[in-house]
Amino acid sequence: MSTSSNAPKKNGIVEWIDYRLPIFTFMNHELREYPTPKNLNYWWNFGSLAGIMLVVMILTGIFLAMNYTAHVDYAFNSVEHIMRDVNYGWLIRYIHMNGASMFFLVVYIHIFRGLYYGSYKPPRELLWWLGLVILVLMMATAFLGYVLPWGQMSFWGATVITNLFSAIPLVGDPIVTWLWGGFSVANPTLNRFFSLHYLLPFIIVGVVMLHLVALHTHGSNNPLGVDHKKNPKDSIPFHPYYTVKDMFGLGVFLVIYAGFIFFAPNFFGEPVNYVMANPLQTPAAIVPEWYLLPFYAILRSIPDKLAGVIAMFGAIFILFLLPWLDSSKVRSATFRPIYKQLFWIFLADCLVLGWAGAQHPEGAPLLIGRLAAAYYFVHFLVLLPLVSKYEKPRPLPESISTPVLAKTEKA
Amino acid sequence: MSINLRRVLLPALGLLAAVYVAPAFAADDEPPPPPKQDWSFAGPLGTYDRASLQRGFQVYKEVCSACHAMSLLSYRNLTALGFSDAEVKAIAASVEVMDTEPNDQGEYVERAGRASDHFKSPFANEQASRAANNGAYPPDLSLITKAREGAADYVHAILTGYKDAPAGLAVPEGMNYNEYFHGHLIAMPAPLSEGAVTFADNTPASVEQMAHDVSTFLTWAAEPEMEARKRLGVKVILFLLLMTGVIYAWKRKVWADVH
Repeated sequence: MSTSSNAPKKNGIVEWIDYRLPIFTFMNHELREYPTPKNLNYWWNFGSLAGIMLVVMILTGIFLAMNYTAHVDYAFNSVEHIMRDVNYGWLIRYIHMNGASMFFLVVYIHIFRGLYYGSYKPPRELLWWLGLVILVLMMATAFLGYVLPWGQMSFWGATVITNLFSAIPLVGDPIVTWLWGGFSVANPTLNRFFSLHYLLPFIIVGVVMLHLVALHTHGSNNPLGVDHKKNPKDSIPFHPYYTVKDMFGLGVFLVIYAGFIFFAPNFFGEPVNYVMANPLQTPAAIVPEWYLLPFYAILRSIPDKLAGVIAMFGAIFILFLLPWLDSSKVRSATFRPIYKQLFWIFLADCLVLGWAGAQHPEGAPLLIGRLAAAYYFVHFLVLLPLVSKYEKPRPLPESISTPVLAKTEKA
Repeated sequence: MSINLRRVLLPALGLLAAVYVAPAFAADDEPPPPPKQDWSFAGPLGTYDRASLQRGFQVYKEVCSACHAMSLLSYRNLTALGFSDAEVKAIAASVEVMDTEPNDQGEYVERAGRASDHFKSPFANEQASRAANNGAYPPDLSLITKAREGAADYVHAILTGYKDAPAGLAVPEGMNYNEYFHGHLIAMPAPLSEGAVTFADNTPASVEQMAHDVSTFLTWAAEPEMEARKRLGVKVILFLLLMTGVIYAWKRKVWADVH
């Protein structure tokens, strides 16, 4: 793998096009030469994995839509038609169904990587915001998509979530009627959910583009959190170094993903969603998919409906304020002894919230969920501002090369 | 790096374990978990035992189908059980179905079933079914193993879980006591009794045998793609492992000159 010639090869047609529409120059600049910190660890693989998952979801979704019928009388059976009669329909559906879980898993790891290494700090605040917008759009898309098979959990999940809007004072009920297109979750609801489920991923693509523009403006953060553009030795071209590293990460990821698709395709699902929607029969427990459980736990931890809804949306909104709540100049938790502890406690708190969201909201699980929900906000509103003000960070290396070289010499 | 990996992976696995393995705080009369059975289709390489599938289909046809529909299946699907085309045609022709299209006089008429027909349902609609079953609605069995926690083990447990009610529990008229049913009171009377069917292959028709075979059949009905899925999965994962290994070697080579 020689890297001596990093310039694109000359080619008549390419030159002709590029002179008029510089897409080749652009791609060369952004995907090949693009200077990247040389010390990115494997936690930096999850951004590209998320992008790949978006493409996988859109492609499989397009083929599913060719065989799906968005009508309350046919939706459930049309999904079974895909599973039984469409050639490799089961494969496409299981890729899509498990893809949703994999997409969220990858994106959550990507977000927590950002939290650990302070990737939301200047000058990357808008990059962080765009990522959060993608997360919100993903949640909406996933929720809409889960309704489409029209199983029991689809129907009752849709009923519970749309009913949240009835908590809005005065206009709540009319808004819910407007969302439903009627007076209950019914055929108009399913139709519009299908339409929106098909639309939102393309909006996500648009926001991903902006996310990438913002990313490439200042480049990736890195595990040390020191600017890689100060010292020319700190950067390496994206290709071939990170293309091959991302491909290796993709391979490992696909093995896990394929494991679920082929050997445990319903691991993340609820059995009751294989029962057709029945508006007259409520399932024993209504739980969202795992990736929404922490937010569901926050919603249920507050007895008042409106306050619960505000808390749930607030839990996401507060992430937008993070660049200002954490005022420490040091990005990486590696050099922030107290913040590092806080990070791991916060991660554990989110996992506890996820657990609490899956339990019946009573007794010990409800209490634990409430404490975890309270801690979620205390972390951002109290602990983080205080720690970032009073914590004494360890000395930062001058550049990426300095500590790396020092380590190599010792070895 | 390695420390970070461990510190992150363990809690992440903990989440999955907590969310999916830990049972919800159980109510007092929650039934015991269905006992695990030995299934031919278990595990990453498991396949359906064809003889068991055919016996299971016989149990469904002669016992269950009196009340339970399996509307997502067609007779043509039965070739997967090892029946020949002629046998499938004969099975389909043994039922009279109402044609979905009117004839030249505009009337809907009954005709002999064809391989392309869906399994004939025992009742025209839910109301007819309830009227005939003391108000209860026997669920469609097409997806039953996927639609119940415990899958085939659960179906097997229900079929073999009929017992005398514990002393002091009044079982209302038309209800039956079942150890594994939620709430223990089930409208379905014990469907299987010793020798209820005479198996074509002379296997003794014990309740245990029939429950095992029909649970196997119902698992196939819910997941007819399972064998193809697992076979393809083995190939895909072997390929991915190989490819990932090659890419790792390539990655090492590319990165060798970075310090």
